[in-house]
Amino acid sequence: MSGAALPLRAGLPRLRPGLWLACAVLALVFAWAVAPSLFTARSPVEGIPGAQLLPPSWAHPLGTDGLGRDQLARVVYGARESLAGAFVAVAVGLLLGTGLGVLAGARGGWVDAAVMRLVDTLLAIPALLLSLSIIILLGFGSIKAAVAVGIVAVAQFARLSRAEVLRVRASDYVEAAFGSGGRFAAVLWRHVLPNSLTSVLALAALQFGSAILALSTLGFLGYGAPPPTPEWGLLIAEGRDFLARAWWLTASPGLVVVLVVLSAERIGRGIGGPSP
Amino acid sequence: MTAPLLEVEDLAIRYDDRRVVQDVAFRIAPGEVLALVGESGSGKTTTAMAVLGLLPPNGRIERGAVRLAGTDIAGWPERRLAALRGARMSLVPQDPVTSLNPVRTVGAQVAEVLRIHGERDERRIRARVIELLERVGLEPAALRASQYPHELSGGMRQRVLIAIAVALRPALIVADEPTSALDVTVQRRILDLLDELRRQDGTAVLLVTHDLGVAADRADRIVVLRDGRIQEAGPVRQVLGAPRSAYARQLLRDAPSLSTHRHRPASAGGDIAVRVHGLVQDFPGRDGVPFRAVDGVGFELRQGTTHALVGESGSGKTTTARCVAGFLRPTAGEVTVCGTDVAALRGEALRQFRRQVQLVYQNPYASLDPRQTVARSVEEPLLNFEPVPAAERRHRVEAMAERVGLPRDLLARQPRALSGGQRQRVAIARALILQPRVLVLDEAVSALDVTVQAQILALLEELQQSLGLSYLFVSHDLAVVRQIADTVTVMRAGRVEEAGPVEPVFHAPRSDYARELIDAIPGRTAPQILESVP
Repeated sequence: MSGAALPLRAGLPRLRPGLWLACAVLALVFAWAVAPSLFTARSPVEGIPGAQLLPPSWAHPLGTDGLGRDQLARVVYGARESLAGAFVAVAVGLLLGTGLGVLAGARGGWVDAAVMRLVDTLLAIPALLLSLSIIILLGFGSIKAAVAVGIVAVAQFARLSRAEVLRVRASDYVEAAFGSGGRFAAVLWRHVLPNSLTSVLALAALQFGSAILALSTLGFLGYGAPPPTPEWGLLIAEGRDFLARAWWLTASPGLVVVLVVLSAERIGRGIGGPSP
Repeated sequence: MTAPLLEVEDLAIRYDDRRVVQDVAFRIAPGEVLALVGESGSGKTTTAMAVLGLLPPNGRIERGAVRLAGTDIAGWPERRLAALRGARMSLVPQDPVTSLNPVRTVGAQVAEVLRIHGERDERRIRARVIELLERVGLEPAALRASQYPHELSGGMRQRVLIAIAVALRPALIVADEPTSALDVTVQRRILDLLDELRRQDGTAVLLVTHDLGVAADRADRIVVLRDGRIQEAGPVRQVLGAPRSAYARQLLRDAPSLSTHRHRPASAGGDIAVRVHGLVQDFPGRDGVPFRAVDGVGFELRQGTTHALVGESGSGKTTTARCVAGFLRPTAGEVTVCGTDVAALRGEALRQFRRQVQLVYQNPYASLDPRQTVARSVEEPLLNFEPVPAAERRHRVEAMAERVGLPRDLLARQPRALSGGQRQRVAIARALILQPRVLVLDEAVSALDVTVQAQILALLEELQQSLGLSYLFVSHDLAVVRQIADTVTVMRAGRVEEAGPVEPVFHAPRSDYARELIDAIPGRTAPQILESVP
């Protein structure tokens, strides 16, 4: 309610403190992924002899793990692995899902029916089970895990983009575009796609968070990147063995995952899309 | 003069940081009707809601007094105001569709206001509900009381809202555009009902309306608002007969229901541009039984003239127009536009046909792509048909913008930065850039304020004269049709009730329905008053 009449610049979502914080968190994590060496001088893979399982201190802000590796370095270097995976996953879901959804919404008829039944089938299988099955088919590896997570997201993207395309197709301006002699593809490209993809982009931001979570889950279960790659899910899994003696090994990557997922959600909502 | 029932003094209202109403003052005596008249955004509804204490959460009374029977209620807390609302003053809202709770029966909703204000005896409540529904003409009342809102028509729902408003015999009724969502004949009956109830109970009415004709017919005094300030106030006779402010004069000139002047003399026209014969349009209905929206309609539109299709909602006028524009394939009958049989067209032939006929929509907010600039919207038809170089395209878009009176600097803007009238000019420019022969105007001026409406009508008139365009003008507003059409077809429930040149149809309608429709045009009392306008 508040601010409805304030002279805002139309079109830009109003930045609130929570949104700023979310952007800051993601910016930091992106910076980790791009240039990890700026944030830590230590190696993520080579341990320091005699420095196993040290609690957090000035030398090791997040402590060290069972092989004497600096936990901060592993979390920072892990960002690249996790973010790259999430990007691949969202890209796969976005491209495949939106393609299917737009096709179904724009063509209608039996194409719509066939695509949407396929989507229903995808939704009927539990997400984790589906991604595990796909990994078994594709083989192990971080990119393959990401593709599996992306395929699971196809259904949501397809549903949303189809609904949006249907909404836009029913509008007067699309009819007016056909009325002024527009061909199907031209109208789709000029009017339907630009107007229906805003909420799809919002969903992509939301899915980015879920993809990190899903990848971590797969990593934790051992279906993602192989050790000693510092992937967040894998870090949590490795820390599990020392849960009683070294809580920081699970807590630090866990907290980072939680923060990144929450931030992505917050930004997704900021774009103005629907909640999933 | 008797002591005023309602006295508004020096009222100023803010929404957040924006002042929307200021220096507003008026009085209403018991039993009197005061009309607040103005365009959208003039602050008329805001003022009325402030009287009831129903401003939205971001609105607040900044200054001034609202005295009901001598007591200033402007600063009252919500709980004390709630006790007044319904009992001492009540509201008849604008939209009968959204103003009733869809999951409760009509009777329960009328009973609610009685319960809220202290009635506990169920038998007495029941009897009173029946009595109220009978009073507002909802018969048989016992059946109506047990029905849900979706089972009633718009007019019947508005009657329910009126029953709720008069239930406790309040001293003041605030009627916020009570009939603007209704057809003219229903509008007339609802306003008659309000008048009658008011006379019986001696209730004062604050009538909010954009229609000067309604105000002229129903009010004792008129307050004209613009941009939150009073432009003119006084008895109806004085405001309409001898307006002192330039704005009130303009409003009077532009109001179609009060104006008797035609934009130009009716014309016989040239060759036949559009010929519709025996048109039938079915839509899939419930249980496989098709619903017949248009049933045997026929008319001719001659080159360079305007033919109007008028009727109330559900009369099939828009369906007919969409058949002419090639958006619907008729079930039966023929539609010929500039010698082409529209019904037979498919694919590329249909696409080429669109150069001949263009449609302008009712709602200029929905008919322009919100993401495209004005220039992109206007040039799009050219891209579809005439791939001319970008420079020439821009030149033609600019020439067309100038033609429809759009300032050149608006071309780079997006629709949301334009007013309703400007948007409709863009829609007209887009329709005309392919130089069509026929323009189908589907309620094209109905969503606009009267002043803007008058400007767009003048533009259409001028374009018709200079380009020799033929218009198929679809409207529910008979007053507008009287102004600009040459010939008219009056439709009802998919059939033609009456047809012919505008003058005879409006002055001596032969069918009962056409007569009823024409008599329902508000502003019938105005001509006598307007005689004296200089």
